[in-house]
Amino acid sequence: MRKYEIRLSGSGGQGLLLAGIILAEAAIEDGLNAVQTQSYGPEARGGASKSEVIISEDIIDFPKVRNCDILLSLTQKSYEQYNDNLKDDGILIIDSSVNVNTSSNSKIFSIPMLDAASKILGKPMVTNIIAIGALVALTEAVSKEALTRAVLKRVPKGTEELNKKALELGYEIAGKAII
Amino acid sequence: MTNSFKLMQGNEACVEGAIAAGMKFYAGYPITPSTEIAELCSEKLPVVGGKFIQMEDEIAGMAAVIGASLTGQKSMTATSGPGFSLKQENIGYASYAEIPCVIVNVQRGGPSTGQPTSPSQGDVMQARWGTHGDHPIIAICPSSVKETFDLTIRAFNLSEKYRIPVILLMDEVVGHMREKIELPDIADIEIIDRKRPNCDSDEYLPYKAEADLVPLMADFGAGYRYHVTGLAHDETGFPSNSYEVADKLIRRLMNKIEIHKDDIITWEEENIDDADVLIIAFGGVARSAKAAIKQLRENGIKVGLFRPITIWPFPQERLRELADKVKVMIVVEMNLGQLILEVQRICNNIVKIDGVNKVNGEIIYPEEIVTKVLEVI
Repeated sequence: MRKYEIRLSGSGGQGLLLAGIILAEAAIEDGLNAVQTQSYGPEARGGASKSEVIISEDIIDFPKVRNCDILLSLTQKSYEQYNDNLKDDGILIIDSSVNVNTSSNSKIFSIPMLDAASKILGKPMVTNIIAIGALVALTEAVSKEALTRAVLKRVPKGTEELNKKALELGYEIAGKAII
Repeated sequence: MTNSFKLMQGNEACVEGAIAAGMKFYAGYPITPSTEIAELCSEKLPVVGGKFIQMEDEIAGMAAVIGASLTGQKSMTATSGPGFSLKQENIGYASYAEIPCVIVNVQRGGPSTGQPTSPSQGDVMQARWGTHGDHPIIAICPSSVKETFDLTIRAFNLSEKYRIPVILLMDEVVGHMREKIELPDIADIEIIDRKRPNCDSDEYLPYKAEADLVPLMADFGAGYRYHVTGLAHDETGFPSNSYEVADKLIRRLMNKIEIHKDDIITWEEENIDDADVLIIAFGGVARSAKAAIKQLRENGIKVGLFRPITIWPFPQERLRELADKVKVMIVVEMNLGQLILEVQRICNNIVKIDGVNKVNGEIIYPEEIVTKVLEVI
């Protein structure tokens, strides 16, 4: 049975809450069940924040991630804080700025997501969309069609083209990821 | 969307439910983790011809809700721990003056300002006894986004039917969680409105109870002049110093809920028939219990779930019956033991009773329940 426990982590303000919502909506569009939860500190920006999504064909009782199949970390701090229950054979997707020292069998993909947003698209605020593009490209947790529709439904009017580009860029740089 | 399902947050489902129930007024002071409720009410109420007011504090929010309800509008406020404390005096007023209203408390870690973004179930006893004096109250606890929608409607219906403040006791888990939901057709939803008088205005006795112990309620401004007070009052609504009047009033208010408890009290049972161990859990933590039960059942351990949906009044008759069927009861709650006091009151000396408790601001994990069950069997 298909079930993914996904944790998106980074710094508050990087848009990972929205990224989680988009992933969950894409899963629903694919006809699956999805639950999204979040955890954050009292600060509005900065700190370490996480957004969790569970996608399943079955009913989802417990809403939080216990055995993480996919962990995305955009910052060193969030990686260190939230990597604890990544499964041994889980998938770790990190920004290239994050250093990982692990002996587990996790598949690790190091991708320049922050750089791609600021240097290629000139818009750091689309890092979250690049990140979910990369995540879905590497894991096929949801279909690309559903993801695209979910992104377009949630992003502010007038930014659709930029976000489509960001999503494509995520797919593209995931293809060149360093393992 | 290619299907009719959508992703919705618990707090959002609360607002959708309230609007479906006919809410026309919201007053409050935003506080995490209930803030989305205020935000969405400010957006949605004007669209349906309602009013939203952000008051100067939670006390005023509760007061405004009482005033609006007296004019005949279905009214709601939402808050969390610190604000729930502030609202207590006026909740007592609403209970005594029999003013229908809905108070949402999305529980966060306490006491005091505590842990604003973390879940808790520390207000179980406050929901029952937070305001002073003997008074009736209804508190109901959703454990999913869909149930938040349904129970918000139910909260309005019960408050209108019995002229009582109803507390929708949520927690941060359910309030902030988003999940798949399909909203029912509005035409299929049962909506209950308070009963209003149609007698001559001179003959109206605002606190004369009908056979169901609930008095008819006239809208302020509809031509019925009457007095509302938090003092002991007779059928006219004016204060009274009579011992007899005070006694009769408080007893009627308590009986008003007691005689209708079969209509008010609901619960969910799962895997009860052959259960040796009964897990009692409510709100967000009931989901941890369900996951734990699946895990334990896979290992041949006979565990069932009793989930009070109405926690006040507590479903005591049913729990007492279950006490004869199971060997152990485990009460799982995000506090240091509040609902367990009720379970002990009802089932002490009949079954072994134990608890799984947590107050660090984290939801109770299924594994913690599994460990406890394995320890007690």
